[in-house]
Amino acid sequence: MSLIYGVATGIIFGFLLQKAQVLRYDKQVGALRLIDMTIFKFMLSAIVVGSIGIYLLKDLGLIELKLKATSIGAQVVGGALFGIGWGLLGYCPGTAGGALGEGRLDGLWGILGMICGGAVYAVIYPFMKTYVISIGSFGKISVPEIIGVNHWIVVIAFGIITLVAFRFFESKNL
Amino acid sequence: MRRRVWNPYVSGALAGVLLVLSVLIANQFLGASTTFARSASVVEETIGIDSSQFEYFTAKNGKYGPGSLPNWQLMFVFGIVIGSFISAIFSGEFKIQSVPDMWSERFGPSPVKRGIVAFIGGVIALVGARLAGGCPSGHGLSGLAQLSVSGFIALAFFFIGGLISANLIYGMQRR
Repeated sequence: MSLIYGVATGIIFGFLLQKAQVLRYDKQVGALRLIDMTIFKFMLSAIVVGSIGIYLLKDLGLIELKLKATSIGAQVVGGALFGIGWGLLGYCPGTAGGALGEGRLDGLWGILGMICGGAVYAVIYPFMKTYVISIGSFGKISVPEIIGVNHWIVVIAFGIITLVAFRFFESKNL
Repeated sequence: MRRRVWNPYVSGALAGVLLVLSVLIANQFLGASTTFARSASVVEETIGIDSSQFEYFTAKNGKYGPGSLPNWQLMFVFGIVIGSFISAIFSGEFKIQSVPDMWSERFGPSPVKRGIVAFIGGVIALVGARLAGGCPSGHGLSGLAQLSVSGFIALAFFFIGGLISANLIYGMQRR
């Protein structure tokens, strides 16, 4: 059943990504060159709606959070490395397959590269675990926990900041 | 459904609803990068390399090893390909293209040149995503929707790294 949910969720997600033109190299690299913010409009809208829904369901006791552990070393070094690769590839792990689905064959080279990247990471993992992931490791923490406020204050603040960013994008025609 | 392009705010908001429903119904947050690492272990086993010699593929009870597939996320990643294909066909946007327009304008129409850079970018991106513990779906969308500290740091550095490499290869001038 889990497999069926997976493919169904993927189909809807892929449909939405395609409709919003998020699967295009020109849109992804356009955002990184600060000339077209389409992918950030999509992503931030999803995050704001997602955060409201997730915390509502959590407050109702219907779901539990699954936070990823915070490690300053891992997220700073890994994040920057990911970004460098993303700028070259022009697709991310979720969108490379979607790009292929709408006929963009360079997505396939990206997918093959990412599978090789998985093999490379397995080779360097012991080093990373000892020297990078161990730096600034704080476990599973959320922003409302570390600043000690109710989660709804952070959800609303994030929503307001996002709306201000959207107004800015629209005023600059990005 | 018939409009060729949807507003990114509306599509994004619907993706947010999809995330919430997926967590509620299937207890699954969206993510994609782990699938490529798991696939690497399957490829290694297929071509006769013992993947268990790598700690990463045996750690956490084989969470990233060949025995972890097929699973929800693999099907999710396949689903994205299918969903995008369906949408592209229905909106008349399906087009075989080996070199993106922006790339072609700056670096020429060679699919080999584009393929090599896309491949190298893919290797670097996945190493980074696995080190960071997620990609723009796992850390960005799912992580930030949970207000996770790791998500905020990762997304900021995804963007910083991307700004650096995209602007380095295209030069700093706009358009």
